[in-house]
Amino acid sequence: MTLLSVQGLNVAIHGTPILRGVTLDIAPGQIVALTGESGSGKSMTALAVMGLLPQGAVATGRVMLGDADILTTPEPALCAMRGRDMGMVFQEPMTALNPVQCIGDQVAETILVHGKGSRAEARAAAQDMLARAGLPPDRFPLTRYPHELSGGQRQRVVIAMAIALRPHLLIADEPTTALDVTTQAQILDLLKGLVADFGMGLMLITHDLAVVAGIADRIVVMRKGEVVEQGATGDVLRHMRHPYTRMLFDASRHRVSLPPRPAPVPLLELRNVVRDYRVPAKRLFASAGRFRAVDGVSFTLHRGERLGLVGESGCGKSTLTRAILGLEPVQGGEITLDGAPVFSGGRPNLDVRRRMQVVFQDPFGSFNPRHRVARLITEPFHLLDNPPDRDTSVAEALRAVGLSPGDADKYPHQFSGGQRQRIAIARALIIKPDLIVLDEAVSALDVSVRAQVLDLLADLCRSHGLSYLFISHDLSVVRSVTDRVLVMRAGKIVEQGETETVFTAPSHAYTRTLIDAAPVLPDWQDTPDPDPDRSLANA
Amino acid sequence: MPSLRGMGYFIDSFTVTACVIPRHRLRGDEPPCSIRKPTGQAAMIRYVLSRLTSLAISLIVASLVIFLVVEVAPGDPASYMLGVNARPDTVAALRIELGLDASKPQRYLSWVSGMVTGDFGTSYTYRSPVADMIGDRLWISLPLALYALALSTLIAFPAGIYAASRRGGAGDTAVMGATQLGIAIPNFWFAMLMVLVFAIKLRWFSAGGFPGWERGFWGGIKALTLPAVALALPQAAILARIMRSSLLDMLGEDFIRTARAKGLSRRQALWRHALRNALIPVLTIIGLQFSFLLAGAIIIEQVFFLPGLGRLVFQSISQRDLIVVESVVMLLVFAVITVNFIVDLAYAAVDPRLRTGR
Repeated sequence: MTLLSVQGLNVAIHGTPILRGVTLDIAPGQIVALTGESGSGKSMTALAVMGLLPQGAVATGRVMLGDADILTTPEPALCAMRGRDMGMVFQEPMTALNPVQCIGDQVAETILVHGKGSRAEARAAAQDMLARAGLPPDRFPLTRYPHELSGGQRQRVVIAMAIALRPHLLIADEPTTALDVTTQAQILDLLKGLVADFGMGLMLITHDLAVVAGIADRIVVMRKGEVVEQGATGDVLRHMRHPYTRMLFDASRHRVSLPPRPAPVPLLELRNVVRDYRVPAKRLFASAGRFRAVDGVSFTLHRGERLGLVGESGCGKSTLTRAILGLEPVQGGEITLDGAPVFSGGRPNLDVRRRMQVVFQDPFGSFNPRHRVARLITEPFHLLDNPPDRDTSVAEALRAVGLSPGDADKYPHQFSGGQRQRIAIARALIIKPDLIVLDEAVSALDVSVRAQVLDLLADLCRSHGLSYLFISHDLSVVRSVTDRVLVMRAGKIVEQGETETVFTAPSHAYTRTLIDAAPVLPDWQDTPDPDPDRSLANA
Repeated sequence: MPSLRGMGYFIDSFTVTACVIPRHRLRGDEPPCSIRKPTGQAAMIRYVLSRLTSLAISLIVASLVIFLVVEVAPGDPASYMLGVNARPDTVAALRIELGLDASKPQRYLSWVSGMVTGDFGTSYTYRSPVADMIGDRLWISLPLALYALALSTLIAFPAGIYAASRRGGAGDTAVMGATQLGIAIPNFWFAMLMVLVFAIKLRWFSAGGFPGWERGFWGGIKALTLPAVALALPQAAILARIMRSSLLDMLGEDFIRTARAKGLSRRQALWRHALRNALIPVLTIIGLQFSFLLAGAIIIEQVFFLPGLGRLVFQSISQRDLIVVESVVMLLVFAVITVNFIVDLAYAAVDPRLRTGR
């Protein structure tokens, strides 16, 4: 029996085709993963199933949920179905909740809007659902507001909202992408448990193949609005009949080959660095509190070394980065580059600043959209007393990152995400810094683009003898592009050592938790099919 | 910031600049989740106290600035009052009577302490207590401002919500066109038009003047109606645009999509989720408009022969009656700062994040 049956779904927005002939089925109690890179049409498929396509979208084909065709159901009937027959969980838990309404009211609303109970009953049911989603009422009363919860807790509220009426179909659009690995593991467990308990069908949209491999019964691989391959998880992973599927998996597992390290000569040194923030006092008239974001951090980065820094959100990674770059003063300890302090006499040391550059996560937000590439990447020149010849440097930097010198006259919007990240690296390289800080520099990129950017970094290590500090929450990436790694938790470095040693034999319990929580892609290609009937039965 | 959607939204862009601060505060970076925020009553009391402190500091600074500016203004009030042919000893006697011979700090202190006890001094021109003069005018200006503000809000909220809920449709275009007109038409011209139609032709209202509240509440309201409408229309047009663009911004937020996925209709999502979130910039503008309406109504007061605060300031300036100017300006500053304080409290009522001192 199928719960959801999508047949030949085409969607066009203002005449531009977005989805072409998408066909897939979901049975009750089944987890079907939609995967593919950005722009593949995963989210649009989900929105079509919810009947929430954006204005101007025209859909043809059939989307059957039970006996109803979503595409021909009128809007009032769809409103009655949403939340009752189908629920949806979104990617960004920080913004998915109404900030001015307490969580109890938001969960209860699902019940109230469908007239499934009185106000008191709805609140009681909301309390039960929140508890089921992992927010027990004694610790998380219904009167909490979203801003008082962490990202993972907010995602639990969104899930409680989506399952409050026990819909037959749950759609989760990148539900864990914005979360830390340990939280991700918990949320995935929760979703899995709910599917088993309620017999729901789950459409799980994710770009992360490791997540897919660990949880899904079936995989649907999409590219540019089309389904290129689908089947039972084990079957798809083992055979990978479509070259795109193979490319996706290869890119996710991509390992770069770093050149060997030169003999250790200290470049960046941190000794007992402390960074405090003032926080409002807990009681009236009490003195302001203090929050220690970075707590006695010491490490050395050698010239030519690739050092990784991993840790979950809120552990102090970003604060530490800002301190290293000399953007903020520290309250204790010392940060030196080649022996010179990055921050001296209450102001950043420009001599040091010009020898460090940074690449940030967001390839869309980190450029002024009205400047041309040449102007963007020569920005660091203002740090120099005698900047080198502009045109030659621009051409050289663009060539180094695999772009052409002719791109100098273009605007950032003319480039894709991966190309923009190359431009960001060119901007960092142009003044030939001693150290580059890569702050989640590949986290926003698709796997295939990410693989290319990582290769570029390895190439630059060979040609330019780059030293970098690679900050990321993605353990597999850090493992492939660093020589040594630091593990940070609650402002402290809990473990540091050679990358391979830390990953294969972690000594600190927290490192072990992190590594265990991170989903890994299994190497099913090389193993024989354990049960050939299973994949057939599922298909 | 509400985004700019083409040149037609020019007005939004310039009025909305005023809303930058609170909106920015709302969207600030999330602190690491391990920072525990003070919650509940203590935080709320702290918020109110911090707003009160800034209110007090603003008042002190404003009173100093006003006093100093009036001090450096040329001309001796005593000789001005007595005329150019006055004998020097008469002038000196008057200076002592007016307290002008004391040192500046002393005079500042006595001015401030006088105001606190309701003694605003004596008008140089009319020789009558300033407090009484201002009091009489305030009984017209304050109701007029409140009346106009109520009208403006009553027009703007439905219009803005209606336009936002029918974005791009005929209703939206009609409302936007009307607001464009409301902003473009000078309100004194509109006022004269209303006098022509409603006072001279239809004789529903009198063409101007104020009978006084002692002649009955409704009589007073009736006399203030045409001026209030004239004042309210451009304000309503601006407010409706802010309401609309702020609502449209909110309708694009993720939590609206979440609400729709729960089964709320577009309309329900707007009323239950978007509206309250859209109120912050609207409240900011309402606060600014009230301050403007209280003191900026001089042209309308002139058209309708209303003895309001605006005309009092205008007359006092032209007669060098500096003590009146000083007091009225101080009073207006007090009103503006108090309104801002109330708006701050309203923010906190609307948005729980502000209560925790963020």
